[in-house]
Amino acid sequence: MTQMTFARAINSGLRKSLEDDPKVILMGEDIGTLGGVFRVTDGLQKDFGKHRVVDTPLAESAIVGTAVGLAYRGYRPVVEIQFDGFIYPAFDQIVSQVAKMHYRTLGTVKMPITIRVPFGGGIGSPEHHSESPEAYFTHTSGLRVVAVSNPQDAYTMIQQAIRCDDPVLFFEPKRRYHDKGDVDEGLHLPNALPMDTASVLTEGTDVTLVAYGPLVKTARDAATAAADEGISIEVIDLRSLAPVDYATVEKSVRKTGRLVITHEAGQSGGLGAEVAASITERCFYHLEAAPVRVTGFDVPYPYSKVEMHHLPGLDRILDGVDRALGQPNSLSGLEG
Amino acid sequence: MSTDETGQGGTTVGVAAGGTEDHHGSGRNLIQLITPEGERISHPEFDPWVKDIGDEQLCSLFEDLTVIRRIDVEATALQRQGELGLWPPLLGQEAAQVGSARALRSDDFIFSSYRENGVAYCRGVGPTDILRVWRGNASSGWDPYTVNMATPQIIIGAQTLHATGYAMGIQNDGADSVAVTYFGDGATSEGDVNEAMVFAASFQVPVVFFCSNNHWAISEPVRLQSHVQLADRAAGFGIPNLRVDGNDVLAVMAATRVALDRARHGGGPTFIEAVTYRMGPHTTADDPTRYRDANELEDWAAKDPIERVKALLDRKGLYTDQFQQHIREKADQVARELRAGCIGMPEPEPLDVFKHVYSSPNSWLDRQQDHYARYLASFGDPAEAASQEGAR
Repeated sequence: MTQMTFARAINSGLRKSLEDDPKVILMGEDIGTLGGVFRVTDGLQKDFGKHRVVDTPLAESAIVGTAVGLAYRGYRPVVEIQFDGFIYPAFDQIVSQVAKMHYRTLGTVKMPITIRVPFGGGIGSPEHHSESPEAYFTHTSGLRVVAVSNPQDAYTMIQQAIRCDDPVLFFEPKRRYHDKGDVDEGLHLPNALPMDTASVLTEGTDVTLVAYGPLVKTARDAATAAADEGISIEVIDLRSLAPVDYATVEKSVRKTGRLVITHEAGQSGGLGAEVAASITERCFYHLEAAPVRVTGFDVPYPYSKVEMHHLPGLDRILDGVDRALGQPNSLSGLEG
Repeated sequence: MSTDETGQGGTTVGVAAGGTEDHHGSGRNLIQLITPEGERISHPEFDPWVKDIGDEQLCSLFEDLTVIRRIDVEATALQRQGELGLWPPLLGQEAAQVGSARALRSDDFIFSSYRENGVAYCRGVGPTDILRVWRGNASSGWDPYTVNMATPQIIIGAQTLHATGYAMGIQNDGADSVAVTYFGDGATSEGDVNEAMVFAASFQVPVVFFCSNNHWAISEPVRLQSHVQLADRAAGFGIPNLRVDGNDVLAVMAATRVALDRARHGGGPTFIEAVTYRMGPHTTADDPTRYRDANELEDWAAKDPIERVKALLDRKGLYTDQFQQHIREKADQVARELRAGCIGMPEPEPLDVFKHVYSSPNSWLDRQQDHYARYLASFGDPAEAASQEGAR
């Protein structure tokens, strides 16, 4: 076990992938000499060369579109979209090309492309630097979408994503880049939890609390705080957003009877809606209350002085837990 | 006809258009080796690139041009008869497709648009396979790796990036093959094509941008897309360009060979503008009489890519009765094969809809497939249930 930051863990996982497979190639803006704006790719170009770690011109559609061509030729490109809000120029290449190529070619052409996206808010950035665009991609067939929440997962899941023959959107919570955690760099990948499996972080009996990415830490803190009040929360880190591991969530909800889902992305059409609907379909008669969503608002990501109001914090999550439990909460007295 | 129109106005490499007249006119700065009247004219710079094309090869090119036109006519008829959902005719663009495709090596890789069915034919794709997508029986008519040609792209210009990425891979591998991408004049307005040229130039990768300027993007004329000759756009990216008479199969072949040779020897990308004309509609769904002048069509009919090779063969005494019979029989045979293959295509199975979305299991999709299979099974005969479902 080694203590390292989240960013360092991804770096280490990328390094391992570059060492293991000569077909792995990294591309993106500023990822070479600078080592990425968050230094996630620090030192990789120096060690693997300019043809394995490629500084590209500033053109997001091209970064993803050329990765399609490289995949056609048998490469496993890992591309970095510098910030969440910059992914939209590449949207067509991701949803119309990367996602559909395997289907379109009847399985003859594989698209093992990993698209790394630093996402989410809480770092005081200007607009376009703090978005949570994951639902656009969970809605698109052919893509796998994951969000990591801790250094160990970051280290293993980046390698799993790169080895996956399907395209993977790899969301990295940028406000957690500097958080430290234990990482077992000797972990044999086949022994690691599969990438599409959710993880139960704390066991509980009263409420199932589902989170992913940056809010996993907040959800765990909320569970700790709730425990002081005698409320037992089971926290689930989804890890995979498409597909969601419903078996794990379902098992938990059958036990607790109550479900709270939290994410930074806006509420409408978000992943929380999908989880709420799917769990309601699957275990309606086990639910004691309607599933509750604690999410960002349906607003453009706000300027930084008010972003803390938009981002679900510990207290807002606990208020949601109270709603699920039918205890006094901010909406008490409201019908519906 | 001006002097320039005969292709004798000198080399065209990197020459910008001058003057104020319509810069998209077919006249100026055009590489040409066979005139519309079928006269083989000399071009000191490009002649050496086709010096191996003797009588036999010329006859073979004529055969391909003719067969491809026949495929196109037959497919258009099949669409009109309700056998194909849609068809994008290439009528008039045969020389641009045959001349370029026949210049390629088998290990060169093609990323095309949906109109390059003639290119596919030259790569060895069977006529029936060309129709699969348009009949709606499959998303891909062929395995890209068996012919080194990607499944045709519908999104305008997206494939230029795929070719550029593939060329980056060729460069990394230290190979000497080339990625070739086909697109139309309208595509040059798309961001992806411009981004592809930025990447291709920055990394000096072996890619050939083959732009078939057929003058129309559905109903929008090329003058709406660009205020300069399309070939000149490449100069801004630092990419050498060639502007060729796209209805001249020999000139197209020569230009493509120049570009391929440059790419193979580390010279990076080349942009070719093949000036041609789409004689038919964009697809069988539109009506060109609503948006273009009949006179324009007439002017271009006089520059027909097949007629001029026929005239050249005739001048050379090669257009014999025996040769004509051979061509007719070949075209008839391909047309028969095409029609029979189209009508005899087996219907896909209902659960095929779920195949190949992912390369490994996906729990969401597996569940949906399982539920739909159960639903179909509840009818007894799944095929019948599916057809009823679709009819409702």
